[in-house]
Amino acid sequence: MDQLFVNLKHSILIFAGNFLPEWAVILISILISVTAIAVFGPVTMMYLTLLERKFVGRIQNRFGPNRVGKWGLLQPLADGVKMLTKEDIVPKGADHFAHFLAPVAIVIPALLVFAVVPFGRNMVAVDLSIGILFFLALSSTTTIWIFVAAWASRNKFSLLGGLRSVAQMVSYEIPMVLSVVPVLMVVGSFSTVAIVEAQSGWNWFVLTPWGLIGFVLFFLTGVAEVNRTPFDLPEGESEIVAGFHTEYSGMKFALFYMAEFMNSFTISAIVSTVYLGGWQGPWLPGWLWLLIKSYALILVMMWFRGTLPRFRVDQLMGFAWKFLLPLALLNIFAAGVWLAFARPVNYLLSAIIVALALFILYFANRPDMPKKRVYRYAVE
Amino acid sequence: MMSINHFLIFTTLLFLIGLYGALSRRNMIGILMSIEIMLNAVNLNFIFFSRFLDVPAETAQVFAIFVIVLAAATAAVGLAIVLQIYRNQKTIYTDEIDLLKW
Amino acid sequence: MNSFAPLVSVVQYVLMFIVLGAAIVTVSIGNLFRAAIFLAFTLLGVAGLYFFLHADFIAAMQILIYVGAIMTLVIFAVMLTGKMQDPLVAQSNRQKIPAFIILCGVSAFLIPTILKAPWRTLATPHATTAANLGRALMGEFVFPFEIVSLVLLVALIGAIATARSDE
Repeated sequence: MDQLFVNLKHSILIFAGNFLPEWAVILISILISVTAIAVFGPVTMMYLTLLERKFVGRIQNRFGPNRVGKWGLLQPLADGVKMLTKEDIVPKGADHFAHFLAPVAIVIPALLVFAVVPFGRNMVAVDLSIGILFFLALSSTTTIWIFVAAWASRNKFSLLGGLRSVAQMVSYEIPMVLSVVPVLMVVGSFSTVAIVEAQSGWNWFVLTPWGLIGFVLFFLTGVAEVNRTPFDLPEGESEIVAGFHTEYSGMKFALFYMAEFMNSFTISAIVSTVYLGGWQGPWLPGWLWLLIKSYALILVMMWFRGTLPRFRVDQLMGFAWKFLLPLALLNIFAAGVWLAFARPVNYLLSAIIVALALFILYFANRPDMPKKRVYRYAVE
Repeated sequence: MMSINHFLIFTTLLFLIGLYGALSRRNMIGILMSIEIMLNAVNLNFIFFSRFLDVPAETAQVFAIFVIVLAAATAAVGLAIVLQIYRNQKTIYTDEIDLLKW
Repeated sequence: MNSFAPLVSVVQYVLMFIVLGAAIVTVSIGNLFRAAIFLAFTLLGVAGLYFFLHADFIAAMQILIYVGAIMTLVIFAVMLTGKMQDPLVAQSNRQKIPAFIILCGVSAFLIPTILKAPWRTLATPHATTAANLGRALMGEFVFPFEIVSLVLLVALIGAIATARSDE
């Protein structure tokens, strides 16, 4: 069961190897991996939209889509037909070339990062030696295309959304990269496969003090990177219409949406790979474990959306620079201490460091509350 | 494998394209972008030599890292200067900034 | 893998032509915003070439720093300095034609030199890992590394001090 998909691909390749030359077999192997990703990504996105609408609906005490098919299961298809047939409007003053380019270009990194996600034992498309760095680098390029979309639309709301998005993503990228550093220190490799293998036998990194903090940091900055609530200022509906995609409709809008949902899936998958042990787990096959962990994280993201209000811009920036960044740096120190000492002592020491860091940062970041006034002469 | 001559000619052309941009652009940001292209051409050469010539691979790659880092510093400071000039002079065209000339 | 090499080198040549084309558009197009977009393509293409040269770490750095950070800065600056949608302003100066002629002359010198030089290429190409690179940075090159960090810090402070509007 564990190696179901691997064996399937293997037997196809052996079958092809009977009557095809070597290079064709390699080509087929690449094509199978690419096709699997190219199908898996969009299908995940389609059903994530349904899941989100159902789940948020449940939180708000309503049903969500339930007309098309049983439990609304065909709703994504109906949405797709609607998107494809909708009129594609380009504003008169827009930069046509950039307006077209941005939604197309934003999907490419979203699909490419699937290549380094280890879906199970031997189930990674390419085991790059710089896997995690590849993921971080590609997800950082999304910023440019959001900004290009915002600028090309020639709309003030788009531009405001784009500016907010750039400020936010540049700020959250730094704690995001730093929150992965402890894991890289412990594992000694960038490769996602090596990271998962280092966590075998319940040695999940989330079970260490620095891992717990790192997990929370990585997940929060990940949520901010994909512009989801409570970090969805770039597209805050109640403030700036729809942010950078105000002037997009039809399939171009759908592409932005697709990139966002695929990114939220990959970020969940990478967070579970780095901190939650990836495909490691008892009884069930590995790929199922990874999907369970990623979907659990995605449900947490949707839970955020259903319950939390949006940040204010200054709160957002303050949170990244004054809280997450110093915490990530101190967390690296805690991981270093954890590595330097023997087994029982290191847990204690790094737990103390992490607790101290949290305590100090909490007090340093307390909002400046005015003193309670005492009315001395106005008693009656 | 591709030939060493083709690759070196390619990086030379890339460098010259960047140089052409730096010489012919009026806009300061355009000049900065051309300089980035030139730096990239040099970096490509470093990496190429690190792979195919008899130098330690780490040495050349460390050089490339330093070039990338310094390019980032150049871009940050250069664009800050461009913004300040734009504020004071209301232009970023290099041939219109002639306060010291009369 | 040997029977697969021709395809790899075809992809490499295609990438080289894409980089050259995007670079030419970058330096010659009138609209500065589009020039920035094409510069992003140039940088991405160069990152792809690094991958083919087995310099994975440099490729990731190229994308992370150049495409993620420097391009964002450039587009920001293009936007803040405004007026680029005005197609009437000439974007190139009078040195355009002399520059082109001189650069053709330079390439006429350089390219024959490259073709004539006796390159002693290795039989088995080098490759290194990110771990080795880290050891080199922390060992042999630790002094330049520290200097570069200092330069970055100074550049950071300098950029903030320069760009701040006077109160």
